[in-house]
Amino acid sequence: MTTTDPGEIFQQEAQDLLALLETTLLDLEHTPGDGALIDTAFRALHTIKGSGSMFGFEAVAKFTHHVETAFDMVRQGKLAPNHGLIAVALESRDHMRLLIEQPEFADPRTGEALLARLREVVETGGAPAETAVAAPSEAVAPEAGIGWRIRFSLPRDALVNGTNPLLLLDELRDLGEARVVAQIDDVPPLAEIEPTACHVGWLVELVTDVPAAAIEDVFLFVRDEMTLEITPLGADDAPAAEAVEAVPAAAPVTVAETVGRPTAAAPTPAPAPKPADPAVEKREAPGSKLAAASVRVPAERLDELMERVGELVITQSRLSQIAATSLDQQVKAVSEEIERLVLELRGTTMGIRMVPIGSLFGRFRRVVHDLSRDLGKEVELVTSGEETELDKTMIEQLNDPLVHMIRNAIDHGIESPEARRAAGKPEKGRMLLSATHAGTEVLVTLEDDGAGLDRDRIRARAIERGLIAADAVLADADLFQVLFQPGFSTAKTVTSLSGRGVGMDVVKRTIDGLRGRIDISSTPGQGTRVSLRLPLTLAIIDGLLVRVGQGRYVLPLAAVEECVELSSEEDARSRGLSFLNLRGDLVPFLRLRELFHAKVPADHYQKIVVVSSGDLKVGLVVDQVIGDHQTVIKSLSKLHTDIHMFSGATILGDGTVALILDIGHLVAFGQMVEDNLRESA
Amino acid sequence: MAKTILTVDDSASMRQMIGMTLSGAGYGVLEAGDGAQGLAVARGKSIDMVLTDLNMPVMDGITLIRELRRLPTMTGIPIVLITTESDAQKKSEAKAAGATGWITKPFQPEQLLTLAKKVLGQ
Repeated sequence: MTTTDPGEIFQQEAQDLLALLETTLLDLEHTPGDGALIDTAFRALHTIKGSGSMFGFEAVAKFTHHVETAFDMVRQGKLAPNHGLIAVALESRDHMRLLIEQPEFADPRTGEALLARLREVVETGGAPAETAVAAPSEAVAPEAGIGWRIRFSLPRDALVNGTNPLLLLDELRDLGEARVVAQIDDVPPLAEIEPTACHVGWLVELVTDVPAAAIEDVFLFVRDEMTLEITPLGADDAPAAEAVEAVPAAAPVTVAETVGRPTAAAPTPAPAPKPADPAVEKREAPGSKLAAASVRVPAERLDELMERVGELVITQSRLSQIAATSLDQQVKAVSEEIERLVLELRGTTMGIRMVPIGSLFGRFRRVVHDLSRDLGKEVELVTSGEETELDKTMIEQLNDPLVHMIRNAIDHGIESPEARRAAGKPEKGRMLLSATHAGTEVLVTLEDDGAGLDRDRIRARAIERGLIAADAVLADADLFQVLFQPGFSTAKTVTSLSGRGVGMDVVKRTIDGLRGRIDISSTPGQGTRVSLRLPLTLAIIDGLLVRVGQGRYVLPLAAVEECVELSSEEDARSRGLSFLNLRGDLVPFLRLRELFHAKVPADHYQKIVVVSSGDLKVGLVVDQVIGDHQTVIKSLSKLHTDIHMFSGATILGDGTVALILDIGHLVAFGQMVEDNLRESA
Repeated sequence: MAKTILTVDDSASMRQMIGMTLSGAGYGVLEAGDGAQGLAVARGKSIDMVLTDLNMPVMDGITLIRELRRLPTMTGIPIVLITTESDAQKKSEAKAAGATGWITKPFQPEQLLTLAKKVLGQ
């Protein structure tokens, strides 16, 4: 727990509630009769209003109140949750969010306009009755004199329900000088006494200058059910006063003994207290299924933790190196133990950072809803694999690229309802956004059933822009890569949403930055599929440490398929060849020694590490395979962004730096070299 | 001995504010995020007072009050409803279910302490 300011907690909480409200409203649009959804929406609004008013968000509370009222009517069946209402509610939700997060940008006129629309919906919704709030009953306030005579008796169940008459008497005493007489006329014979019921009444003479309303306030909670008479004290009250005085000073104590404390009087077996009750929760994210045991931590803390773990991993590998050369068995044992612990710690830490991608997918439903409305298209977004977990940082960075892809799909991909009907498709377009684990990668795909990419137009445009040669023969996958070139756009007219030619290149850059890959495939008339392959995490990977010449390099272990030996005889034989016969498969390979200009002579037995990316494989010839290595990825500086062969660097146990090979690039490069050799052959 | 107050509210910020206010004044504080959790807590702990919200998931405040009043240990223990003005009609429903009193949102921390003093005494 980092913040204890309820205002801040409210803001976080409101964010969750608003997100919940949004999904609920969108769901409600599909199943308008779902009572549980209506309740959820109402509760979210209710909490935002209630807590908002508590913590200084009066504008939010005031605004939300009206929306809440509307949903209360929906709850009571007085108003139908039709499209109109949901549309206004969604926009109101956005306004609430603005009011909470950036109140300085919230335009009160927007709020008023929304409320006016809401009123209209409510009125046309067939529920004219405003929810009337019962006016509090008017307290008769006679003028204060020297004091008040108060005669009261409590409802029979007052004691059971937690009202303590002694405390009420104490409160009266706080108002002035009080004399108290118990009225025991109504107390039944012992045999008929109901021990938990309140049979006693009281007469109190209070010398005070407070108004009668203050006395009524004392009885606030029981006022409606009790009998209470308040009359001014006057000269004609002498008899009563005498009666009061006749009672010994110990009267209140007597009363206490007569009435007793119900809890004490009725001894009940107290259940044994449990040591720790899991139901007692300090904080939680409302609306989340996992709420029962979650703690909110700012993302920076996780980054810090990850960084520390990274440093620990590096230090640990130094220790391992020292232990390896040490003769001390104890040092070796401790080092191994630490290595195991660090590995577990790393796993746990990375696990903490993992967030289900569903939180991201949820946001897009709104994007699709708004966009399809604005463009007059009908689009349904289907998501799957929401539970797929991905590093939190990555999820955040995926938002913009995915929004852009979705926009493109709706704007350019999915046809208008008329065009779809003409093409024999259902009027409602369908987009499938899915996520799955594939090894150590996560595959996120966006598929639409729209018109598909127009090959010829893309080609013409690419040639016009000088992006490809006029006579180039390109496979679809390669041709579609031009879409990612800066400034490429085939849209004839620029719409407000996409088609400005900025975007896809930015998408590509973002995905590259995440060490991911993006691929497009498309079938004319049937749709387009964009797939993103992303590494699970950005911070630490399992690597394979290899040596080439004198330098050491790391290959992501996940990409390594196998290692085979290459003797110098075989090496000499394969000179000039670009591929290697691997159990009948021809695999192109690259001599990293040549690529990296290694000066020292090659080992007698070199190794070929076969790595894969997507469906493609390439063999990398290295001098020595050193072993697996937990690799803390340090990104290369800005000066090195144009170096494609390496995706980063890491620090080894002895303090030296090893570069991390960019497998995707090497595989593509290897395939290209092979193609070139084939063509020239 | 410090009196223990159970706060039942699905709003974390409300629980935080109430918890801070009450523990600052020397009360023991237990918390629960909905009625069902609150009931579970009340079954296992000794409680001197309950503060409950009205609208909560799983089990609402009125049901909670009704259930609490069925527990022998909760006889005579004050149960106070946290409500908003629009819930005026709910007050009588809560009273019928066995609520001792109510506090209306928005309220200041001092008002909460006054209330605790009112129903718990010094």
